[in-house]
Amino acid sequence: MSNEIKKSEPLLSKKRKQLVSNPMDTDNPITIQVLGICSALAVTIALEGTVIMALAVLFVLVLANVIISALRNTIPNRIRIIVQLVVVASLVAIVDQVLRAFAYEQSKALSVFVGLIITNCIVMGRLEAFALGNKVWDSFLDGVGNSIGYGWIIIAIAFFRELFGAGKLFGIEVLGDWYVNNGFFATPAAACIILGIIIWILRARSGYIED
Amino acid sequence: MSKFNKNSNGYIFGYAILLTLVCGTLLAFVSEGLKEKQKAAVLLEKQQFILKAGMGAEALEGMTGPEITELYNKVVKVDIVNSKGDKLDVNEAKLSILKEYKKTNSAERSLPVYIVGKKDNPSEVESYVLPTYGNGLWDNVWAYVAIDGDLETVEGVVFDHKGETPGLGARITDSEVQKRFEGKKIAYESNGIDAPDFQKGEVGSATYAGDPQKVDGLSGATITAVGVNDMLDTYLTLYKPYLTSKKN
Repeated sequence: MSNEIKKSEPLLSKKRKQLVSNPMDTDNPITIQVLGICSALAVTIALEGTVIMALAVLFVLVLANVIISALRNTIPNRIRIIVQLVVVASLVAIVDQVLRAFAYEQSKALSVFVGLIITNCIVMGRLEAFALGNKVWDSFLDGVGNSIGYGWIIIAIAFFRELFGAGKLFGIEVLGDWYVNNGFFATPAAACIILGIIIWILRARSGYIED
Repeated sequence: MSKFNKNSNGYIFGYAILLTLVCGTLLAFVSEGLKEKQKAAVLLEKQQFILKAGMGAEALEGMTGPEITELYNKVVKVDIVNSKGDKLDVNEAKLSILKEYKKTNSAERSLPVYIVGKKDNPSEVESYVLPTYGNGLWDNVWAYVAIDGDLETVEGVVFDHKGETPGLGARITDSEVQKRFEGKKIAYESNGIDAPDFQKGEVGSATYAGDPQKVDGLSGATITAVGVNDMLDTYLTLYKPYLTSKKN
């Protein structure tokens, strides 16, 4: 792919725009590739934490993509996975430390799932499939596209879970006293069902069929 | 780059070592740089819990971090005692409730008591906040239990946990669940203190409104609730001599 993009290509050519837009819809990491599901089920209980999680993944994925892409010609093939892992793990550790310092309550709520970004298949998948073979700017766009593709899905799930599970949005009461909280929506099983419905809608719309 | 053989052992070792050094140094700097902030965040949460238990959640509404710390410094005093009620000379800032909890001989534990004064008159006691520690279903649970100035009524509780199930056991952190303890009473008995207990099943708080020893339970989280019950009874019993001495 890197050969196809010539030096004179504009910064936001059509192909490059697609690097960002495709993962949000027709090549979404969650709904099409079905990656990163564990955190999508676990952290989506409330919107605030989910937004922080989405931002954390954005930070890690974009920077990891850029760093790996910048190093791609120096990385020895035999230890490339370990190199990717070290870079991702360092970035995740930084995110975790920053959250603990500035958003302690949320970092407690997200608990191990910030650390588990390291094993999020989306991150490793993009590094292995894209950043290792593409230029820095393209990898940057790819990282932005994929993390937003991941982010909007988990935020959509969290919207329904917090609304029906707690009658709130971003911790603010919206459904009023008449609403009896549905405890089922607070469990990961509810996330699984909502995610299934989202995947159904998106695939029905795009006509994607798994082969 | 072309003059190196990227697949030679030397190159791979060199690459790995260099990468480790760079990442390690970076992380060390980040960790050191944020340490103070992180400590402050943990301390602020503790102060928040103590005030929330001792004064009610409403008292803290809309307050920022520094305001909470200021209020805490103004109204809270600390006594550190042992299970006989003797005062100990221990630095509260260095005391970890978890570390004390891990001492198997409960007589050796240092037990802090946070005496929360009234907002407008800090020298008058509003409540005694007692930290407790125990086991839930998956991991530790802990609480700050505030006993009113009459030394019998529960002014408020704040629960927290490490790994209870979201939507089930983790509900102990919901303010609605914690409110169920407000106004309940602890009973002084010959062999210790009997704290109000979560009952089995969840039938609505109104059912137990007339019973100061019973609290509406948590449906689907019986083991967490039993863990909390045990924690409260065991820990408040340790505080009994202190509370009794205050009573007289």
